Amino acid sequence: MADWTDAQRKTVASVWGQLDAEIGAHALARVLIVYPWTQRYFGSFGDLSTAAAILGNGKVAAHGKVVLQALEKGVKNVDAIKSTYTDLSRLHCLTLKVDPDNFRLLADCLTIVIATKLGAAFNPQVQATWQKFLSACVIALGSQYV
Amino acid sequence: MSLSAKEKKLVKTFFAKITPKAEDIGHEALSRTLFVYPQTKTYFSHWKDLSPGSPQVRKHGMTVMGGYMDAVEKIDDITGGLMSLSELHAFTLRVDPANFKIITHNVLVVMAMYFPDDFTPEVHVAVDKFLSKVNQALSEKYR
Repeated sequence: MADWTDAQRKTVASVWGQLDAEIGAHALARVLIVYPWTQRYFGSFGDLSTAAAILGNGKVAAHGKVVLQALEKGVKNVDAIKSTYTDLSRLHCLTLKVDPDNFRLLADCLTIVIATKLGAAFNPQVQATWQKFLSACVIALGSQYV
Repeated sequence: MSLSAKEKKLVKTFFAKITPKAEDIGHEALSRTLFVYPQTKTYFSHWKDLSPGSPQVRKHGMTVMGGYMDAVEKIDDITGGLMSLSELHAFTLRVDPANFKIITHNVLVVMAMYFPDDFTPEVHVAVDKFLSKVNQALSEKYR
């Protein structure tokens, strides 16, 4: 899919290495708060009525971890992102029936949460490479939609 | 998607907090727009230096940030308040309005970088809504 220079591979690995396990939970919580229509997919998660409820919701936190674990597969396979996410793409289309625009929203929230963690270290070059990686994941997740 | 009274307050409070860093934020957001989304450089082909840190990027970053600060002052009627800016973008600059979302994203990223503790999810949604309204107001005169 995309071509990666050695510098870009190092950057993706380096950003990943600086993230803690909570990042997925924070990013997913932001998606649900900033784009509340995304809550349609999480009817079984209990109380999502306020930002505080979302931030304290155990199911949101747990699912954030699941998402992060899936993202790690892409991090470890930057040269085969499309094939890495083929099955997940089918799952999101056929079973979960998630509008693929949501992948872009999650990618944006993940970028913003990472910016809060890395601060000035998230310079333009790092942002460009990280967003290139996330764009590839977003495209891959949408690739099996019919 | 209109701003509630609470959200307007959150936006005003947050923008007051970031005012000392306004120049840096504007510069960083514009730098990232030009660097991470190179297609945006097409609007600045008359500049000598489009790299992060260049005097022209700094100056224009300040101009853009000034526009946002002005919109905060006019938060109760953003469309009316930004009419002449919309005319400028529509008839003179002719910037494709799709680019407004790009700079918005980079403004959010830079705010998150500089103010990680203040840029809470509640502030994030209020500012995102505010910037969306600014983008809408800027698009008003296009057609």
